[in-house]
Amino acid sequence: MEFGPHLMLAMLEGAVTAAILALTAMGLSVVFGVMRVVNVAHGEFYMLGAVIAWFVAATLGTHPAVGFVAALVIAPLLVGALASLADVLILQRINYDPERTIVATIGLLYILQQGTLMTFGPDARPVEPPFNHRLALPWVEWGEQGLALYWPWGLSITSYKLFVIVAAAAILGALWLFMTRTRAGLVMRATQQDSNMARAFGIPVARVYALVFGLGAALAAMGAVLIVPIQQAHYLMGHDPLLLSFIVVIIGGLGSLPGTIIAAILIGMSDGIISVFFSPTLAKILATLAVAMVLVFRPQGLLGKKAA
Amino acid sequence: MTRKTLLKPDYSRRKAIRTMGLGAGALAASTALPRFVQAQSAAPIKIGFQVHRTGIGASYGRWYDRTTTAVVKRINDAGGINGRPIEIIAEDDGTDAKRGAEVIEKFATQSKCDIAFGTLFSHVVIGSAPRAGELKLPYFVVSEGHHVASGMLNRYTLQPGITDVKSQVQAMAPYVANNLGKKVTMIYADFAFGHDHRDYFSAAVEAQGGEVVAKIAIPPTETSFTKYFPQIPRETEVVYHVMVGPAVLTFVKEMGEFFGPSSPEIFGFIDSLEAVDIASPGLEFLEGSYFWEGMPRYAQADQTDYEKEYRDAVGVDANGASVTDSKDVSTYAHMFGCWETMNIIKAGMEACDYQGPEQRQALIEAVEAMSDMPAGIDHPQGPKRFNGKTHQTFGVQYISKVEGGKMNVVHTTSIEDTLYPDEVDYTTQSF
Repeated sequence: MEFGPHLMLAMLEGAVTAAILALTAMGLSVVFGVMRVVNVAHGEFYMLGAVIAWFVAATLGTHPAVGFVAALVIAPLLVGALASLADVLILQRINYDPERTIVATIGLLYILQQGTLMTFGPDARPVEPPFNHRLALPWVEWGEQGLALYWPWGLSITSYKLFVIVAAAAILGALWLFMTRTRAGLVMRATQQDSNMARAFGIPVARVYALVFGLGAALAAMGAVLIVPIQQAHYLMGHDPLLLSFIVVIIGGLGSLPGTIIAAILIGMSDGIISVFFSPTLAKILATLAVAMVLVFRPQGLLGKKAA
Repeated sequence: MTRKTLLKPDYSRRKAIRTMGLGAGALAASTALPRFVQAQSAAPIKIGFQVHRTGIGASYGRWYDRTTTAVVKRINDAGGINGRPIEIIAEDDGTDAKRGAEVIEKFATQSKCDIAFGTLFSHVVIGSAPRAGELKLPYFVVSEGHHVASGMLNRYTLQPGITDVKSQVQAMAPYVANNLGKKVTMIYADFAFGHDHRDYFSAAVEAQGGEVVAKIAIPPTETSFTKYFPQIPRETEVVYHVMVGPAVLTFVKEMGEFFGPSSPEIFGFIDSLEAVDIASPGLEFLEGSYFWEGMPRYAQADQTDYEKEYRDAVGVDANGASVTDSKDVSTYAHMFGCWETMNIIKAGMEACDYQGPEQRQALIEAVEAMSDMPAGIDHPQGPKRFNGKTHQTFGVQYISKVEGGKMNVVHTTSIEDTLYPDEVDYTTQSF
């Protein structure tokens, strides 16, 4: 493949990765920002979203679009409810003590993963996309009659992949409006800035925490529902998103929402481009190296605030 | 002993009735199971079944399990082996090499199995076989990898029921080079099994005057594939693909999306679509493409009686899916290996009048002495020729074309097409 079309394909693939990553990492970032909780089970909430999407689509068994829309509503709600329950039953009981929270969420990771293995089984299961057309993309070339359009071999994207990018951007836009324009968002931001002061002003911090933990998990589940028509649901699929989300959140600055988006685009695009031109392993190596560099030279992340 | 008991009579009506009852029960038991009583011991022969219940090989494991259950039922219903029933002791290895070796150890020392059986994924076989050799536990693998015949393993590891990659690709290369095209791009799973494809197919296609223009390795745990396809050179005439892992459906689908209407010829090993319905949405582009099949998934027009009997026994319908769930597609091109291997174990144990673990060496020698095996219900995939020196079997291979959403066999190779010179003589190794 020539360089131009090759680069364009890489960027399109990278944009899909970045879109999903932004949603998943945003969930992790919201939870950390408001609650100061490192949620190691985040990838499993992502996996659960995909598995529930398969279950909903397979149970309804009607037109793929109906199943998909139902999954997009039901999966995040169920996963969010489960996460809120986990917060009330586990994290609140251990007072969000950082060390114990990490151990508890590692336990949660295994419970969710093995529970899925025991019920859903070890197979990868497909969800049919609501629509899927191959869109061949043109490229310009300096031919005999000047600039001419042509359709290079393999330069294409599917309509569904474009939809994933748009949908992820829309969900993130809605999240931003929710955080900045609604009373609930205001309460969340107040809790983030100073939970003791928020409590003094009568904000039910425990309930806010449970909702935020649920929101974080629901964002991961939404990312998974969007990706599952491309990738298939599998009980081990939570591992990679967890790792990448941590990378994104550390680079962007723990708790900084704009930083998370910038880092997700950075990591997603570079992952796409490096894996297309070189190898996927090298992409992971470089992303991890970037984390190490950020931790050494700018520990608070790109847009994070320095710890007081 | 006290005086009182001495004086007391040693029998009573109640005891007598109990003894008679026991005798009658034993008699009833022996008439109910007449076929097992003539053996010196009617204790079951324990076969440790190393099964991929979880991990990347799970869909194969599910069907290897069903096939093994079916063949054991058939053998036990017909009287077992040397008058003893088979007992399967199944243990999940997680499709993991390290766990595989631990499972072998468990079979040998904890559950006291007579032999171990049934492993598919090459890295698990390579990880487990040395331990089987150390524990002197005969290890009958159903794996396809060239690692047995290459001499990498040991005298205790045998592959009598399924052919190896080297012979398969050698038999495929002439068809690919002469019918589809000379310039081949290979896409393969990046582990031992895929490396066998890479090494032996390249050599075989070059021997046919063809050329491998690119070799693209993809890890079997990969979930997204479009990023690999731009490495396919434009001059490619044939894409040769062999992928495994949970995401094979995504792999094939994204390949179709990449090529669109201007696809080169496509030749795949059915591994890329084992346990996947070929009529899944997004796979329409496979129409007219070719597949290697170890055994044809779809019942063919010239189906034999024994193929039908085998298909019924393992619970697979004419489209290669489970009879109880048409969405549960089998790994039909591989799982026959469990059926045939178990029948070979039976034949070997009968040949050496196997009675217990002290005869493990005699069992291996009995299997090494085997050669031609005719097609039939014991060998439903086709006739086999076992090479006792290399511990590897050879057999016919099938090439199918996708037509109307089904795979129809268009070419069957001969056993001779698959033979290659011996690379090892395990019979010279001491036990």
